[in-house]
Amino acid sequence: MSDVKEFDTRPAGSPSAESPLAWSFHRRGTPPREAGAGVTLREKAFLGHMVLRGGAIVLDEAVREVLGITLPARPNTLALDDSGERSIQWLSPDEWLVIVPGGEEFALEGRLREVLGQAHYSIVNVSGGQTVLTLRGEKARETLMKSTPYDVHPQAFPVGKGVTTVFAKATVILRRPTEDTWELVLRRSFADYCYRWLLDAAAEYGVTVER
Amino acid sequence: MFHIYCPYCEEHREEEEFHPKGQAHIQRPADPEACSDEAWGDYLFFRDNPRGVHHELWVHAVGCRKFFNITRHTVSYEILETYKMGEAPTVTAKSVSEKDKQAGVQAATGGWQTVGARPESEALNDASNQGARV
Repeated sequence: MSDVKEFDTRPAGSPSAESPLAWSFHRRGTPPREAGAGVTLREKAFLGHMVLRGGAIVLDEAVREVLGITLPARPNTLALDDSGERSIQWLSPDEWLVIVPGGEEFALEGRLREVLGQAHYSIVNVSGGQTVLTLRGEKARETLMKSTPYDVHPQAFPVGKGVTTVFAKATVILRRPTEDTWELVLRRSFADYCYRWLLDAAAEYGVTVER
Repeated sequence: MFHIYCPYCEEHREEEEFHPKGQAHIQRPADPEACSDEAWGDYLFFRDNPRGVHHELWVHAVGCRKFFNITRHTVSYEILETYKMGEAPTVTAKSVSEKDKQAGVQAATGGWQTVGARPESEALNDASNQGARV
């Protein structure tokens, strides 16, 4: 067991919490529902985000034992568990992003630390710093093509790929967990800007925001 | 806009994602206390400004956020190679000039952009050097 002090960022009880997009929804509301909208946006708020750093071999063993997912060792890849709710994404040669359902991250961190012991690694809980926005619909790819210089053609961006790239001058993690879903991992401070950008970019196709 | 190959992401990415960080392979004097002021000044302030092949340090700022090296031609802006930190370049000024010599290409001298030029243009350059062209 390492001697790192752990801190549960979710306090006991149920204090009110606001997602990074709370202000955007409050101020701008959501566009009126359209039948046959080309793009559907949905925020997956309050998930548990963690950044894992360390050697791939050491982390792979621990992650397989604790999460049951093999650490994606190839660049720009994304691994999901069977339910699709837990994922690990390659960010750089010694860095991975783990996203789990909200509330699980503190227990997961503890278990990972137990398994990793005195190995050389770092786990940082970044749940408060970012949020996930999903894009669905037949025009989702068109909307992305207007927003990012990265090639999102299915040939260049198959299911199970995830990259950190430029999105409308901001930085996002763009990933494709399933055939018809795109996920954007947004930094908290850019969430409002990206949300408004997406509403504007997708307006011509018709956009629906699910809440 | 052009694409740069990131040796860590193992794919070409948009130029927008990268930042140049100056000359690569600058060695810090092993013993700063003992080295001369000149050597220290060279290390701190003086950088090469070659005409031709240049090794540079770049960072994939939006992406994997790793530093890596680019070998770039300062005349044609062509990226000859990208390689990871700690690796030695396979394309150098020497290797390029040797290749040019073998291919019968005139070396870049005297301020003329002759890299890649055909040998018959030599006469043209010579004539201009003598003031034939203003």
